[in-house]
Amino acid sequence: METLNFEYEAKGPLTRRAHVGVVGSGDLEVLIEPSNKPTAVVRVRTSVNGYGQVWKAVLDRFFARFERAAHVEINDFGATPGTVMLRLEQAAEEVWP
Amino acid sequence: MIQTTHSANPVTKERRDRFLSRRSVIEMRARERARALLDRGSFRELLGPFDRLESPWLPLQGIVPESDDGVIIARGQLAGQPAVIMAIEGAFQGGGMGEVSASKIAGALALARRDCASSKPILPVLLLETGGVRLQEANLGEAVVAEIHAEIIALRRHVPVIGVITGMVGCFGGMSITAGLCSYLVIFPQGRLELNGPEVIEQEAGIDELDASDKRLIWSLMGGEQRYETGFADALVEDDAELLKQTIRDLAARGIPARHRSEKVEEYRRSLANIDPAAPPDGPALRRMWPKGDMQ
Repeated sequence: METLNFEYEAKGPLTRRAHVGVVGSGDLEVLIEPSNKPTAVVRVRTSVNGYGQVWKAVLDRFFARFERAAHVEINDFGATPGTVMLRLEQAAEEVWP
Repeated sequence: MIQTTHSANPVTKERRDRFLSRRSVIEMRARERARALLDRGSFRELLGPFDRLESPWLPLQGIVPESDDGVIIARGQLAGQPAVIMAIEGAFQGGGMGEVSASKIAGALALARRDCASSKPILPVLLLETGGVRLQEANLGEAVVAEIHAEIIALRRHVPVIGVITGMVGCFGGMSITAGLCSYLVIFPQGRLELNGPEVIEQEAGIDELDASDKRLIWSLMGGEQRYETGFADALVEDDAELLKQTIRDLAARGIPARHRSEKVEEYRRSLANIDPAAPPDGPALRRMWPKGDMQ
C-alpha cells in the first residue's frame, strides 16, 4: 500500500458531499466533501505501489476542470486510470451538477 | 415459495420478458441491495462512509481499507414495515468480517432487540456475501462474530431474523453459522452455503476429497438448489430484487418459527448417524436422505 497526497487550487466552494465506488478488485472508492481550506486536498491510498506519476497525471487533468474547495479521499484497489477518472466524474456529478 | 430458474421449459416470450425485466441482486453492490429492498425514499444509512469507521488493522498490514469497512447498515421500511438491513459487501476483502464490520452488525442487532423489547417491532435482514472472518483480523473478528451469534439468538425470540445469501462469493466460515442461526434463510440458485469453502477443503484434505475447480460438483453439494432441497434454506428464489423483497415479506409474515433450525440438534444428530463417512452420499443421494420438510 502507498499513500499519496496532492493539493490543487480552488476557485469556489462545494456545498455537497458524495461517496462512490467500492474497494474491490480493479475498483476504488471516492469520498468528496466540502472543505474550509481554499484548495482541493487529495489523499490517495492505493494497493499498487510506484504509480505516483500516473496518479498525478489523472488528478492534474481532473482538477484542472474541477476547481472546487474539497477534501477528497481515494481508496484504490488496483483501478486503471480510466476507471479512476470515471469514478471521479461520477462523484463530481453528484456534488457539482 | 420455490421458483427455480433451471427448468427444461423452452424460452417463451413471457419467460424472456421476465428475465429481461428483472433487477439482478447479484449484480448490485451491498449499498444498492439495501436500497433496492427498502421502500423508495426510506433508506437511511447508519455509520456510513463519512463516519469513517474503517479497519485500524488493515493499513498496518499494507492493505487499503474501506470507509465503511465493507458493511452497510440501513434503516427504512420494507413493504411498509420498519426494517434494518445489514449488508455485507462481497467485493471488499471477499466480504471478510473484521472487528469493525462485525461490530456494526452486532450493534445493529442489539439496537433491533432493544426496539423489539420496547414494543417497537423492527424486521432484521442480513444480506450475507462473505468468506467468513477476515484472516488479517483473526481472533478480533472471531470474537465479534460470536457476538453477532449471541445477538441473533436473543433477537429471534422477539422477531424472525431473515438471512439472504446475496452474491457469488457465497456464505462461508463463521458466517455460515450466522446463516444457520437465522429464523429463515433465502438463497438464489447461484448462491453457496458451507462451513469450509471448496478451496479450503481441497487444500486441507486433498483433491481426492474435493476438486475445487469442478463447479458442477461444488454446486451439487453446497449450491442454492441443494441447500433448499435438503432443508438448509427456507426459500429458493430467482435473482430479482422485487421477488426477493416479496419473499422476505412473506417469510416475516410467518412469524417466529416454533423451533429454529439450530435448535433441532437431536434431529440433525440422528440424520448424521445415518451417513457412512467411508462412503459419503453425493448431492442427489443426500437429497433423498434428507428431503426438505423432514426436519419440520
